[in-house]
Amino acid sequence: INAEYMGTLSTWFFFSAFFQVMYSLPSEPQSKPHQEDAVDILQSNRGGFSFDLVKRNAILAATGLSMPIAKKTGTTIAGVIFKDGVVLGADTRATSGPIVADKNCEKIHFISKYIYCCGAGTSADTEAVTGLVSSQLELLRLNTGREPRLATALTRLKQHLFKYQGHVSAALVLGGVDALGSHLYTVYPHGSTDRLPFCTMGSGSLAAMSVFEAGYKDKMDEKEAIDLVDQAIQSGIFNDLGSGSNVDICVITKAGIKYHRNYRTPNERLYNRKKGYVFPRGTTDVVKETREIFKNQIAISEMDVSA
Amino acid sequence: MMNLQIKTAPAGHIKEARFSPYENNGGTVLAVAGKDYCVVAGDTRMSEGYSILSRDVAKLYQLNNTSILASSGMHADMVTLRKSLDYKIEQYRHRHHKEMMTPAIAQMLSNTLYFKRFFPYYTFNVLAGLDENGAGVVYGYDAIGSFESIPYCVTGTGSSLITSVLDNQVAFKTQMKNKAELSFDEVVDLVKDCMTAAGERDIFTGDSVDIAVITKDGIKYEKFALKKD
Repeated sequence: INAEYMGTLSTWFFFSAFFQVMYSLPSEPQSKPHQEDAVDILQSNRGGFSFDLVKRNAILAATGLSMPIAKKTGTTIAGVIFKDGVVLGADTRATSGPIVADKNCEKIHFISKYIYCCGAGTSADTEAVTGLVSSQLELLRLNTGREPRLATALTRLKQHLFKYQGHVSAALVLGGVDALGSHLYTVYPHGSTDRLPFCTMGSGSLAAMSVFEAGYKDKMDEKEAIDLVDQAIQSGIFNDLGSGSNVDICVITKAGIKYHRNYRTPNERLYNRKKGYVFPRGTTDVVKETREIFKNQIAISEMDVSA
Repeated sequence: MMNLQIKTAPAGHIKEARFSPYENNGGTVLAVAGKDYCVVAGDTRMSEGYSILSRDVAKLYQLNNTSILASSGMHADMVTLRKSLDYKIEQYRHRHHKEMMTPAIAQMLSNTLYFKRFFPYYTFNVLAGLDENGAGVVYGYDAIGSFESIPYCVTGTGSSLITSVLDNQVAFKTQMKNKAELSFDEVVDLVKDCMTAAGERDIFTGDSVDIAVITKDGIKYEKFALKKD
């Protein structure tokens, strides 16, 4: 190494460092405010979570303001492996605290043509995470020319959930068929997974699991598997207050999908008032009536739309 | 050498584990006062957290021939309160040689509740019966005994789901032009519909409903099915 050359380099480094230090010292206030440019806009639209309001929310909570509760799905979801594939089941009640927000919501989400995923926990989280992974798998399918595999969906889901350290409250039952056979997995909000022949998640999971533990056997045929899942979900519906309404079933085999929306509806409304609720015209008091004629204020001009 | 365990909790994450003597066993009760009758209803589900403890527990309690106490809240406190009232009503019967009338029971219940002002009965009560003139009367209470005589009252987990409907269909509050006197059949029909609606949207209300109609001829009971999910 040429010592002379080194000397020049070192001098340049020293000088540039010195120059940078000088440049970064706050000398006088900036003459004009920072204009929002394309980079700023891209930054703000990057998606993901924005934590701008965390501090303000904490302050508000400390003053006693009650925070809005996230809509959770309460839920009983279950899946079972049978001879030819997988049967997934779910109830259809979504709760907001002690109130039923949706009596017939869909908890079995599409991931890909042969992969479906049941979701329990916070509704927004399960919808978002399954939608995200479904999009990612579709891109992968187009890029590789192959049907996506469950292991891929699983890995995408668990890595996403682990990254958010359990704050994305989604507990999933992922099932489907791919080139390597039929698979069933559970995914927990913190990112751990289990591969199992039968599994349940949600507040009604204990009720459903008790039915599975009593009735599961290897290599069931389709009808037996559907019956078992149906009984398990019904157990959750009637014994767990967070689950209710109807049973949805999804059967996935190599031959295709059979999505039985509202496979069983054991909870139709039992009573309706005989005379109904009728409000004759004029029931509501009219306090004030104002009329404004807009015709005179609208200007109409013809436009030439011929090509 | 002392082994000091200094616990430093990160700010905002301080948690204290404590035994709570209260538990809400859920459910909804209501009562409507008519010209010469009273309709009282209460669901029969008893729950704890997300589990059902029983599908057939009565929330209505007959105090004497003309009064029914309907309560929601904590079942243990409901039972104890009923025992306490029974004892006092029996004492009154011996001392005054007459049955205690509903307005008197109302005041007594208020006093009983306020007596435990600083460790309250976790019960939300509705007392229904007939007053001295034979007209239907309903008293609504809070947990520490504040009460008033009102045309109808709903308490419990489904109260906010039903109160507005009764405001509209019993008191005609927002439709004074359609105001009408309701017969007790119509009230029972409305009560069944309201409890069904509460059962649809409140997870703690369901299974079945006890309906009692108080008239000068006595008290008649009816059981009505709700959804069990």
